[in-house]
Amino acid sequence: MEFLTQPWPWWTAGIIIGLTVPALLILGNKHFGLSSNFRHICAACLPANIKFFQYDWKKETWNFFFVGGIVAGAAIAAFLLKNPDPIQIHPDLAGDLASYGVTRVEGLVPADLFSWDNLLTLRGLLLMIGGGFLVGFGTRYAGGCTSGHAIMGLSTLQWPSLVATIFFMAGGFLMANLILPYILAL
Amino acid sequence: MANTTSFKVAEPAAATTPETDFEVRSLDTMCVNESHLKHPWWYNLKYSLVGIFFGITFVKAEIISWYRIQEMFRLESFHMYGVIGTAVAVGALSVFLIKKWRIKTIYGEPITFHPKTFNKGQIFGGLLFGFGWAMTGACPGPLFAQVGTGATVILVTILSAIAGTWVYGYFRDRLPH
Repeated sequence: MEFLTQPWPWWTAGIIIGLTVPALLILGNKHFGLSSNFRHICAACLPANIKFFQYDWKKETWNFFFVGGIVAGAAIAAFLLKNPDPIQIHPDLAGDLASYGVTRVEGLVPADLFSWDNLLTLRGLLLMIGGGFLVGFGTRYAGGCTSGHAIMGLSTLQWPSLVATIFFMAGGFLMANLILPYILAL
Repeated sequence: MANTTSFKVAEPAAATTPETDFEVRSLDTMCVNESHLKHPWWYNLKYSLVGIFFGITFVKAEIISWYRIQEMFRLESFHMYGVIGTAVAVGALSVFLIKKWRIKTIYGEPITFHPKTFNKGQIFGGLLFGFGWAMTGACPGPLFAQVGTGATVILVTILSAIAGTWVYGYFRDRLPH
């Protein structure tokens, strides 16, 4: 049980996530990709005569079931296989965050940034609403996210997915190192 | 007539809605259902089972941790590079073997792959998603998993992501691709 509650090493996670690709293919010719769920929700709830949302989303409901499983699995891990020790954070990151008043480490997301109390602060609005908007807009513009491009796309040796992955990383590096410090200072 | 088969083969999508089919598959070849089979809804529960294993892994390996994503972009930890690198290696080997041995689905359908075409969206959209990834500390899958761990406020982030996707759909024709 000890190894279940301790944080799992990177290779365990990499193998399980990698095996999701053949699992979905063999179970029903389904291609691994999560950001398309945002599109399916748009198509199901508010297609508004936009051509991009005019398709048979009901054919894609398998992906909603997949996401439902992810939520359930995350709850199982967080409540039944809970890691008893505090999360390890690189001292440089912890130090930088402390200088912005982000010190509470209670879960996998910092409660000083992501909580209902902080939602209506400028910092909270930018990170939660602004960040979420960029995730939804950017993934669809790019035609996929980390799962669809970086894992499924690279696994099938598609060079456009390599381009997308490089720019995901470039955007992340720019934000985390150059822009985020200004947001955290708000 | 008695219904003796548990599923029936549906019309290929291309035959009925060619335009929609192009829309879904041209710029977004990934993330779509390639199967032409029609099953009762509960057949989808097997994907939930895969999702449960996936979600447990997300949390236990701290892939959905905001801190791990920051460490990745600040080059302070190898963890996420190891996760993604191993996942791609295992995924690529699996796809290679599926193609080599012509493995079929459990329903006997051939497994199909489609080449993705390049467009400038992979650059502009990629950068924008990268910004959002570093801000929220999560890509789309982990956002859902964060809600599962009890961070209910992330539901707002998910709603905002749905809004972002909708706005992209609305302005899509006017954006460079």
